[in-house]
Order: sequence, then C-alpha cells, then structure tokens
Amino acid sequence: MGVELLTEGLEITALLSGDIDHHTAKDIRETIDARAEECKPQLLKLDFRQVDFMDSSGIGLIMGRYKLMQTLGGALRVVNVPGYIARVIRLSGLDKLGVLEKDVKRA
Amino acid sequence: MKPSNEMTLSFLSRSSNESFARATVAAFVSQLDPTIDELADIKTAVSEAVTNCIVHAYQDGIGMIYITAKIFENGRIFIKVRDKGCGIPDIPQAMEPLYTTAGGERAGLGFAVMQSFMDKLKVTSRLGSGTTVTMEKTIIRRPLRNG
Repeated sequence: MGVELLTEGLEITALLSGDIDHHTAKDIRETIDARAEECKPQLLKLDFRQVDFMDSSGIGLIMGRYKLMQTLGGALRVVNVPGYIARVIRLSGLDKLGVLEKDVKRA
Repeated sequence: MKPSNEMTLSFLSRSSNESFARATVAAFVSQLDPTIDELADIKTAVSEAVTNCIVHAYQDGIGMIYITAKIFENGRIFIKVRDKGCGIPDIPQAMEPLYTTAGGERAGLGFAVMQSFMDKLKVTSRLGSGTTVTMEKTIIRRPLRNG
C-alpha cells in the first residue's frame, strides 16, 4: 500500500511510499479522500519522505487534494520532498500554491 | 554512429506495466552509469510516454506498447515509445502544458515533463493508426569507478 494515514485531532498526515504513478495514484487518492471526508481535517500533510518515484500523476494527486482541502475549509502542506521529485513539482508550478515547505522551493 | 547496445520491449497497455516499463528502461541505460538525477529524469519521461499510451491511445481497450532503447558510446540515449492506438488529432495542442482531454486528476503535463527532462522530443501521430514518441538525452560520461 502506497499510503499510511496518521490522524491526530484535526490533522491528517498521509505518509506516502514507493512509486506514485497513474497506476498507484488512484488507490492513494481514494484512501486519503475517504479519511478526509470522514474527519474534515483543518490540515492535510502529504509526506513524501518515503517516495522513490513520482511522475506527473503525483502533480494531479497534489492538486486534487489541494482542491479537496479548499472545499473542506482546511489547508494542505507538502513536506519532505526529495530532490529528484522536486523537479517535477517545480515544472508544474505547484510551488506557487504556497503548499510546499520552504526548503523544497530552493532545492 | 552505431549504438553500442540496443533493446526492444513490447507489453500490454495495462497500468501495472507503467512501473515495469520505466524500471526496465532504467536498468538498460544504467550501463552508461548515469547519475541518480539523470536516471530519475529518464524514468519520469518514460513513465509519462507509457501513461499517455494507456490513458489516451488505448482509452477504449488494451493494446500493445512498444519501446526501443539505444545507447551510444558518447553517452547518448535514444528511446522510442510507440502505440497502435487512436492517434493525436492536434499534436501542438496536446503538447501544451496543462492541456488534457483525460479529465479526472490528469495534470496535462506529460509532454511538458518529457520535453523538460530529455534533450530532444519528437512526436508523430496518425489518426486511427497510432503515435510514436522519440526522446533523446546525452548523459555526461564519467570515468569508470576504480579505473
């Protein structure tokens, strides 16, 4: 499974792992959304620490969760992004949404 | 210049083959001793090309995807990803960043990623008979470890 969810009060951390592509993104998305809709968190953190690979499907995943959190009136944070993934994120312009940790923007 | 090595791969357009395709190409080009970043670039570009075949070319079913990869002494890598799917009606439009016909959560960045992560990208397509994407990248040759 490519995602483990940790819920603490009104905060959900999604610990992503392995490869994020078109094949795996669907399960990850459904798992996160089910929990988010049930808990209505104020903050959803996507933790990329254990992600080995991500293509533009991951961009869709981040953008979709950003919209979901807007709908729920909460915020999204993208944390611990490894350097080899940061390039895809910068290319997408996602850094302009202000959801990334500062060190990612510099990477 | 003749390639120093070459391989071809054909597989069904099932999404579970996305990781198989990029890992196989990565294993093949690893003979040139690329850096982690170079390898990540190539894997990402291959993943985008293969995903396009699955999501777009064979949107109404399952078909075959063909990959040819060649490597050259000077560090040049040539990768061709071909399908026999529906074809692209308007290539410049399809290549525009954020343009997508897939809906859902497709970001519309596939070609932008290929273009940005590889040195060269060429797309040819014929409606009803398929699309061919060719990509090239030259990686910096480093002296072999331990001489």
